Amino acid sequence: MSSGTTKLDVTVADVVPVNELVTRFHFRPTSGGLLPTFSGGAHVVVEMREEGKAPRLNPYSLMSSPLDTTEYTISVRRDDAGRGGSLFMHNRVKPGDRMVVSYPVNLFSLDLRAKKHLMIAGGIGITPFVAQTAQLAAEGGNFELHYACRTAALFTYGDLLRERYGKRVHLYHDDRGEKIALDRLLTSQPLGTHLYVCGPAPMIDWVRGRAAALGWPTENVHFEHFSAPQPGKPFDVTLALSGKTIRVGEQQSLLEAIEAAGVDPPYLCRGGVCGQCETNVVSHDGTFLHNDHWLSDEDRASGRKIMPCVSRFEGKSLVLER
Amino acid sequence: MPIEPTIKSRPVYGTLSPQKGTEHLLIADAEGAQAILDLAKAAPEGFFSAAEIVFIPRATGDRYVAALKGLTPARFYEGPSIAAALPRLRQTLATAHVGLRVYLAGTEGLMGQAMQVALEAGIDHSSIQTEHRGSLARRVQCVHCKGITEDVTTQPVTCAHCGLTLFVRDHYSRRLAAFQGVCINAEDRSEQVPVEEAFP
Repeated sequence: MSSGTTKLDVTVADVVPVNELVTRFHFRPTSGGLLPTFSGGAHVVVEMREEGKAPRLNPYSLMSSPLDTTEYTISVRRDDAGRGGSLFMHNRVKPGDRMVVSYPVNLFSLDLRAKKHLMIAGGIGITPFVAQTAQLAAEGGNFELHYACRTAALFTYGDLLRERYGKRVHLYHDDRGEKIALDRLLTSQPLGTHLYVCGPAPMIDWVRGRAAALGWPTENVHFEHFSAPQPGKPFDVTLALSGKTIRVGEQQSLLEAIEAAGVDPPYLCRGGVCGQCETNVVSHDGTFLHNDHWLSDEDRASGRKIMPCVSRFEGKSLVLER
Repeated sequence: MPIEPTIKSRPVYGTLSPQKGTEHLLIADAEGAQAILDLAKAAPEGFFSAAEIVFIPRATGDRYVAALKGLTPARFYEGPSIAAALPRLRQTLATAHVGLRVYLAGTEGLMGQAMQVALEAGIDHSSIQTEHRGSLARRVQCVHCKGITEDVTTQPVTCAHCGLTLFVRDHYSRRLAAFQGVCINAEDRSEQVPVEEAFP
């Protein structure tokens, strides 16, 4: 087991539907007392266990205030086309249920040296910012949030954030043709501003691309996008160090298949972001389907690395150093 | 003479290259001017029309001034000393926006002090371009009296403030923009340590 995968026993204190797609879950420690402290931007990995099925472990950003650790809250957007993690949370989890979550890990933390924090959110990507704005507001921090969503009905916490922070929060409705004036925003920020973006992959690419073109140093640009493992064709993998050959099922991730074979590889976020599960490829004959945000273009071109939490393989043979 | 990394805090420098940005602030002293002239060869069109050059000639006199002006930057400032240029730099950065890129070239004293001002303005040190040119002279802070001695070329050196004989370490502080100087003969102050020209 890797560091950061220490577990917490929690009880579901409340399940609150927020809108048509999003439900909020409140977790309290089963043994009472306070949960470990965390900072805005942190996530936990939630274990979902069902009779007769391999456990699913999905990362969710904590959205409660880091100043209050009596409970952790997460918001889950229902994904009807996904592998079922969000559907399990929506359909099965009830108040009083006991669950297991990981210690919080922060891969999207605020840079507290910043003179100003400029936040850009899309859709359910708002959740880490709910925690971060609470943290900053308590310290008198300087922030500005630009939040885009499809419709008013799906504007998760839009009203809440407006109520809390007033003019520091800017809402953009896609269906009303409202669009973030990104270039104007990026060229008018005082020196020492840090930029944070969380949302759908195309939005992150758009913001990062414009920021780079307009001279934003990479040190000032922060982003987070958890990939969910994508289903795909089954494939066989040889684990060279453990001397095992395994099959990765259609609905299974490579990491889950390795764990199901009794091997305990390192992991942290299970969303292609943190880099913990990076695995060396001994040999391969086929094509990698890389879905992570960790490996560099050089790593991918070398054919010598894979992130088993979200990436797959198609071809004749794959041997991993695991 | 190239600067080699010794301990982790000892700064190392690169080669200036044009960055994507909305504005460019290039600051150099003495032979550092040549680094700006070399960067100009690789600069895209229009680069200098959004650039300000701050130059402190020191002992180089007029040698580089005409060539730098020939790059036709939007603003050109020639100052008599680093100390005189720093308040102006602070003023420039106070009203600047993200997208302004900073390039430093020349002595370690110039780069260190300009970087100190840039850090205070909220620029991350790793997003600043640097290139060492010219003298290896160091800016040294005496750990005993905290006074700073400029342009130190010898090992050891006499503190300009308290007069102690200081061993100049590679231990560097970005916050102070200075190397650390520690009394070399603390046990026996009468001991005479030979002085060598170590940072020409």
